[in-house]
Amino acid sequence: MGFTKLKAALTGLAAILASTVSTKALADYTLNMTKGASELSGEIYDLHMLIFWVCVGIAVVVFGVMIYSIIYHRRSRNPEPAKFHHNTTVEVVWTVIPFVILILMAWPAAKTLLKMEDFRQSEVTIKVTGMQWKWQYDYIDDGFGFYSSLDADSNRIRQLGSGEDPFTKENYLLDVDNRMVVPVGQKVRLLLTSADVIHAWWVPDFARKRDAIPGFINEIWFNVQEPGVYRGQCAELCGYDHGFMPIVVEALPQDEYQQWIADQQKKYGVDTASLGMMDAAAAEAPAEESAEQAAPAEEAAAESAPTEWSMDVAMSQGEQVYSANCASCHMANGEGMDAAGFPALKGSAIATGDIAAHIDMVLNGSQQNAAMAAFGNMLSDEEIAAVITYERNAWGNDTGDLVSPSDIKAAR
Amino acid sequence: MSTTAEAIHDHHDDHHELTGFKRWLFTTNHKDIGTMYLIFSLVMFFTGGAMAMVIRAELFQPGLQFVDPGFFNSMTTMHALIMVFGAVMPAWVGFANWMVPLMIGAPDMALPRMNNWSFWILPIAFGLLLSTLFLPGGAPAAGWTLYPPLVLQTGEAFPFAIFSVHLMGLSSIMGSINVIATILNMRAPGMTLLKMPIFVWSWLITAYLLIAVMPVLAGAVTMLLTDKYFGTTFFSAAGGGDPVLFQHIFWFFGHPEVYIMILPAFGVVSEILPTFARKRLFGYEAMVYAIAAIAFLSFIVWAHHMFTVGMPFSGEVFFMFTTMLIAVPTGVKVFNWTATMWKGSMTFETANLFALAFLFLFTIGGFSGLMLAIAPADFQYHDTYFVVAHFHYVLVPGAVFALMAATYYWLPKWTGNMVNETLGKWHFWLSAISVNVLFFPQHFLGLAGMPRRIPDYGTQFADFNMWSSIGGFAFGLSQLMFVYVIIHTVKGGAGKAAAAPYEGSHGLEWRVPSPAPHHTWEEPPVIAEDDHRVHS
Repeated sequence: MGFTKLKAALTGLAAILASTVSTKALADYTLNMTKGASELSGEIYDLHMLIFWVCVGIAVVVFGVMIYSIIYHRRSRNPEPAKFHHNTTVEVVWTVIPFVILILMAWPAAKTLLKMEDFRQSEVTIKVTGMQWKWQYDYIDDGFGFYSSLDADSNRIRQLGSGEDPFTKENYLLDVDNRMVVPVGQKVRLLLTSADVIHAWWVPDFARKRDAIPGFINEIWFNVQEPGVYRGQCAELCGYDHGFMPIVVEALPQDEYQQWIADQQKKYGVDTASLGMMDAAAAEAPAEESAEQAAPAEEAAAESAPTEWSMDVAMSQGEQVYSANCASCHMANGEGMDAAGFPALKGSAIATGDIAAHIDMVLNGSQQNAAMAAFGNMLSDEEIAAVITYERNAWGNDTGDLVSPSDIKAAR
Repeated sequence: MSTTAEAIHDHHDDHHELTGFKRWLFTTNHKDIGTMYLIFSLVMFFTGGAMAMVIRAELFQPGLQFVDPGFFNSMTTMHALIMVFGAVMPAWVGFANWMVPLMIGAPDMALPRMNNWSFWILPIAFGLLLSTLFLPGGAPAAGWTLYPPLVLQTGEAFPFAIFSVHLMGLSSIMGSINVIATILNMRAPGMTLLKMPIFVWSWLITAYLLIAVMPVLAGAVTMLLTDKYFGTTFFSAAGGGDPVLFQHIFWFFGHPEVYIMILPAFGVVSEILPTFARKRLFGYEAMVYAIAAIAFLSFIVWAHHMFTVGMPFSGEVFFMFTTMLIAVPTGVKVFNWTATMWKGSMTFETANLFALAFLFLFTIGGFSGLMLAIAPADFQYHDTYFVVAHFHYVLVPGAVFALMAATYYWLPKWTGNMVNETLGKWHFWLSAISVNVLFFPQHFLGLAGMPRRIPDYGTQFADFNMWSSIGGFAFGLSQLMFVYVIIHTVKGGAGKAAAAPYEGSHGLEWRVPSPAPHHTWEEPPVIAEDDHRVHS
């Protein structure tokens, strides 16, 4: 720990505190749980407030008696202590009363719980897979899926010693590249699982949190009441970048949701006929791209418009792919982090040696080190070709190798 | 004194001839061993505390300033392991060693050589654990709960951490066997079970909890070890296992474990409040039964730590109801302490201040615990700073304040000197204020949606994190005063202490001189049938 930095931080404390207090109204502080935006989130908020006020009530009585006693039963006011040390009646009373309160509490809690566990009549099902450190959303009824990871700006700012101010970024650490999209007013069921370690999917506004466990499928449901963008985070410690795998869900009115589905199907080349989808109109409707949808659309354009494959193209795309997928372990400077078991790529045997071995590592992951995931299913041929080219030529690796998408296709 | 007793005395005096390190290495004296446990736990308290300072420094502002996320995870993991197994548990064993024989009129612990061994295992265990900070891959970073599959990604540190947990378990089990054997066999004539001081009762029950659950933890971590190195798949679905199985086993240990840390605190507070209220403990028998009831319930509530793993409805409801039940005996204890104060004649020495702060602040931790029991609401609270605030309230102004209260309370007996109350009160007020600045804002952070175990956070959490860090630094620095007061008291303090220095002193420990001689109760006292002052 940089002790001098800490000292400097402490020295500037008074100033920071003064500015904090003066520039922010008290209303800016979030003190309580959100009422949320889903069918049951309000009910859960009410339960929370009910048990909270029960506790406050008990606290007022018990702390009141204690404080009274501390004031009036001190030696200066009450030099002669009383002699009693037992009273069966009051002891029975203060055993029974809490018992009754608890039963009164348990009843509504169990009722809410029962509703949360009722999965009947779900209208949309999305499979959610957690992985170190991003989410995969598969719209299994609609034939497409995509990855969702921390947005590039947050990712850059959050690097150790980046020198950038997180306050300049709206929704710092709570923004993603590709949002999960759900319809408003429909019962959405999520099937949760994991590709590596245990994660937990949590959006506070939906009042749902459930673990994503490798080898098992968990389910939750929610029914969002208001269109909007809802943010959450992975809630189960999942390793190095646990703090950096946010969840962003955009709830759209049903017609816009159908439009979004159609756009995605077009983007991913889904054969809607084979899905048994009869609504051809939805698929053929003109793509009205909202601002939120611009990002995936750009990607689609990049994929569909064939560019001449060259070193420059590969290097620039490779750098983007690298910073989104590789830099959190191997670091932006390619030096890795030995202490954490993340090897350097700069000057490494794999990144400067046999190309086939390098491709195999990226496609299929490492047999020795579980932290090195298989990217074969996550990235396109072009992206993998670009990132391998980048790794073989950045940071002074300078092998001069240009790997093409067809090389990757052949190696799959 | 009979010749036999003199012969034994001479034999003991041989040990006095050992000097320097050997005296401490070979000692079988319960007071020496108790002292070593207490000093060891204090050293660990500062080691774990230093890690907490790293955590709070990193969380002072959003963005990463000092450490990378991997080291941050190591800090949270090691902080917890060290505070739980290195600071709080050995501290209570130290108190058991020092005080249980004195309080029940026994000359020493029942198994003195094992007592020596159970202490000296600890420095080895923690040496192993701390050495992982310097290994390739860094110290364990999967949280003190060691959940697979994540924990299986640990580097070279993994076997070191597992073996150190094994050693801690061995030490605890031996310590508990010793406590149970001492309490059940070596009480002075006339000291029936229901005349034992509450502290002794709380430790008897704690020792049974330890014996029941430490082997379970040892089994769980051994299964992790074989999963990693010997190809078993207890916790891997790919081989027919289940990662959640580990969580069930861990929390079957883990929930009793939290009572292992807090039951002796209940005992200590039940000693201190009556002393300074100059009034007998209210409802002695109810207090004993409440501790036993809490201990029993602690075995059937474990899955409330894992409501989000996707249990069936019936499981969620069962664990919700049993968890809520714990509030009943815990409430009985709080009400009885309050009734003990009622119409007493209280004075506010440092020991009593810490005990009273325990009463208020532990109760706040109890309230948030009750809230966490409500399963539907727990889906919001789980793995957030609300949980962090909850368990720190019960552990720091709960268990740790009780440890400090006990230290101030019995320091005159150990050292023969009174504590300087001015210094003690400075320590108390600095600690009591800063601990609330440290942990209270964390409730708000959790409710606002900040997950635990993250090194960086969204900017909406910045203000409360800054408050919390300021409280953390202040609390950490305040503890240097604790060490100063202890050294000050050892070196003379506020003058010589009488055998029974407090007006409301009760219990056999105050019937031996201060400082307690190296050997006490070689002739057991005989407790008269109507002598209730031995317990309160």
